[in-house]
Amino acid sequence: MASPLIRCFSKVGRQVSRPWSVCQHGLRNRSTQPDVSAEQAAALGVSYPPLQTYSEEEGMMRDAVNKFAHERLAPFVSKMDENSHMDAEVIKSLFEQGLMGIEIDPEYGGTGSTFFSSILVIEELAKVDASVAVLCDIQNTLINTLFTKLGTAAQKERYLSRLSTDMVGSFCLSEAESGSDAFSLKTRADKHGDYYVINGSKMWISNAEQAGVFLVMANVDPSAGHRGITCFIVDRDTEGLQIGKKENKLGLRASSTCPLNLDNIKVPEKNILGQIGHGYKYAIGMLNEGRIGIAAQMLGLAQGCFDQAVPYTRQRVQFGKRIFDFQVATLTTSKCIEWMGGVGFTKDYPVEKYYRDCKIGTIYEGTTNIQLSTMAKFIDKEYDH
Amino acid sequence: MSRVLVGVKRVIDYAVKIRVKPDHSGVVTDGVKHSMNPFCEIAVEEAVKLKEKKFIKEVVAVSCGPTQVTETIRTALAMGCDRGIHVEVSGKDYEAMGPLQISKIFAALAKKEEASLVILGKQAIDDDCNQTGQMTAALLDWPQGTFASEVTIDGEKVKVVREIDGGLETIKISMPAVLTADLRLNTPRYATLPNIMKAKKKKIATMKPADLGVDMVSRVEVLRVDEPPTRLAGVKVETVDDLVAKLKANGTI
Repeated sequence: MASPLIRCFSKVGRQVSRPWSVCQHGLRNRSTQPDVSAEQAAALGVSYPPLQTYSEEEGMMRDAVNKFAHERLAPFVSKMDENSHMDAEVIKSLFEQGLMGIEIDPEYGGTGSTFFSSILVIEELAKVDASVAVLCDIQNTLINTLFTKLGTAAQKERYLSRLSTDMVGSFCLSEAESGSDAFSLKTRADKHGDYYVINGSKMWISNAEQAGVFLVMANVDPSAGHRGITCFIVDRDTEGLQIGKKENKLGLRASSTCPLNLDNIKVPEKNILGQIGHGYKYAIGMLNEGRIGIAAQMLGLAQGCFDQAVPYTRQRVQFGKRIFDFQVATLTTSKCIEWMGGVGFTKDYPVEKYYRDCKIGTIYEGTTNIQLSTMAKFIDKEYDH
Repeated sequence: MSRVLVGVKRVIDYAVKIRVKPDHSGVVTDGVKHSMNPFCEIAVEEAVKLKEKKFIKEVVAVSCGPTQVTETIRTALAMGCDRGIHVEVSGKDYEAMGPLQISKIFAALAKKEEASLVILGKQAIDDDCNQTGQMTAALLDWPQGTFASEVTIDGEKVKVVREIDGGLETIKISMPAVLTADLRLNTPRYATLPNIMKAKKKKIATMKPADLGVDMVSRVEVLRVDEPPTRLAGVKVETVDDLVAKLKANGTI
C-alpha cells in the first residue's frame, strides 16, 4: 500500500527538481521512443542510430527516386498543376518504379521494404511535386498498410497485387459534417443477411478520380456511437457509388479531391476489412502513421522550394551584393517567395507552387490546431501532479 | 552464348562542380558525390537488354577500386546484372590506375569467366581516355565494335552500327568481342525499388589484381593538374572588316 504512494511522491520530487532543459529533452524522447529514453537505451547496450544515417539500400532507393523524380516527373509538374489533373503516364511510371507498393510483400508484387523507405520515397517525390507525393503517401501509408495489417488471405490476394501494380486506392473517412470530429460520421451501413447497404456521402476524398478501390468508414450501429464504425472495401464499379466533381483547390491541384455519394450501395459481408465496430481504431492508428508520411511530404516540399530559391538568390544582385549575402534566417516557403521578390510571385518560377501546396499540410490528416491541442493536453498532464 | 562482362566505373557525378586540389596533384574527391559513369550505365543497360532478349544467360558487373566501388556494382545489380566482381585496388595503386591496368584486368577476367562479350562505356567522364575498350580487345586479340549506337546479335556474329565523324558505319564482327557503348545506344533504366531490394541478395566476389596475374605498375606519371583558364569576356565589333582586322591582329588568321 505504501509503495505506490512513495513511487508517486518520488516521481513528483524528481519532476519538480529537474532543470527545464532536461525536462525538454525528456519530453522529446517520449514522443519518439515511448518506452526507453536515449540514455537508458545506451546503458542497456542498445543504440538507436541517428535518423540521418541510411543503410546502403535506403541510400540507393533515395538516389533512384531522386533521379526519377527530377528526370521523369519534373517535366509534367507545371501542366498538371495548371490543369488540376494528374497525368496517367505519371501514375503508370510510379507503379513501374515500384513506388506504389513499397512495403507490400514481394509475394504480391511489392517491394518488401520498410516504412522508413516509404517515408524517404515520399520526401524525395515531394521535392519535385507534392501532389505526386501525396498520391504515393496515401497508397503506401494508408491503403496498403490497412490491407496488409487487417486483410484476410482472400482480401490480400485480391487487392494487394493490384495495389502494387496498377490500382490506386482511396481512404474515405471525412464527411461534410465531420472532419476533425471524424467519429461523428453519418454514413450508415445496414445489415441485410450476408451483405450491407451503405448510404451516405463523403467529402475531401483524395485520389478519388483515379482510385479503383475505396476504403469506406461507415457506421453499422449508430446507437453504439463510434464503436459502430466499420471499414468496408468498396470497388469502384459498385452500383450506387458516385464520384463527384473534383475540387478546384489552392494547392496540391494535381491530386484529385472529390466528394463521394453512396446511394444504397450493396457491399458483401466478406468485404469488411478487420472487425466490425473497430473501424475507429484502425483509422486513428493508420492516420498516426499517415501523419509521418505527410510530415515527410512537407519536409521534401520545403527542401525542394529551398533548392530552387537558393541558386537564384546566389545569382541575383542588388546594391552590388548577391541577395544571398543579405542576412536571411528562416526557411519557410513564404520566405522563399519573398527572397525572389516579384518573380517569386509569378507562375514562371516554381517557387509559388510550393507555397500553395504546403498550406494543406496544416489542414489534412490532423489539422495543426488539433495537433496543438493534443500536444497541449499531454503537456497539461505532465504538470498534473 | 553465355556470359557478358560489363565494366562499371565509379566517377565524380556529372553534375558536381570540379575543384582542383590546392597542391595541383589532382581533383578533390573527398566528400564529393560519386556515381556510375554515364557511359557505363548505357553499357549495363545494353547487356541487360541482351539478356532479356535471351541472347545471353548471365551478366557480370565488374569494377576496380577501393571498397566504395561496391556501391557502383550494387547499382549495376539493381539494373539487372546477375552478379558482381570487385577487383580491389586502393591507395597509390588506385591513384595511378589507368586504362592499361584496367584492360589487363578485364582481359584476364574475360578469359577466366569465358565471356562471349565484354561491354564497356566508350570513355569515362573523369579522364576521357577512350582507351580501355580498345586495349582490352587488343590484349585478348578479339574484334572490337567501338562507339556503338546499335548492337544486334546474329548467331555467332555481332552487327555493330558505329558513330564516326563522317556519320554511321556498320560492321559485322565475330564473337567473342569487345564493344564500347556510345551515347545513343540506349536509354538506361532507373533501378526500380523492387530491383534494389533484389540486388541485396546478389553476390559480389572480391579479388585482387595479383590473383589475376596483373601487375598494377603505371607507366604514366601525372605531373600537374590545372583548371582550364577562366573564360574572358568577348569583344564586340561593328563591321566585318573590323572582325577580320581583329582576327589578323591576334594571329588567328
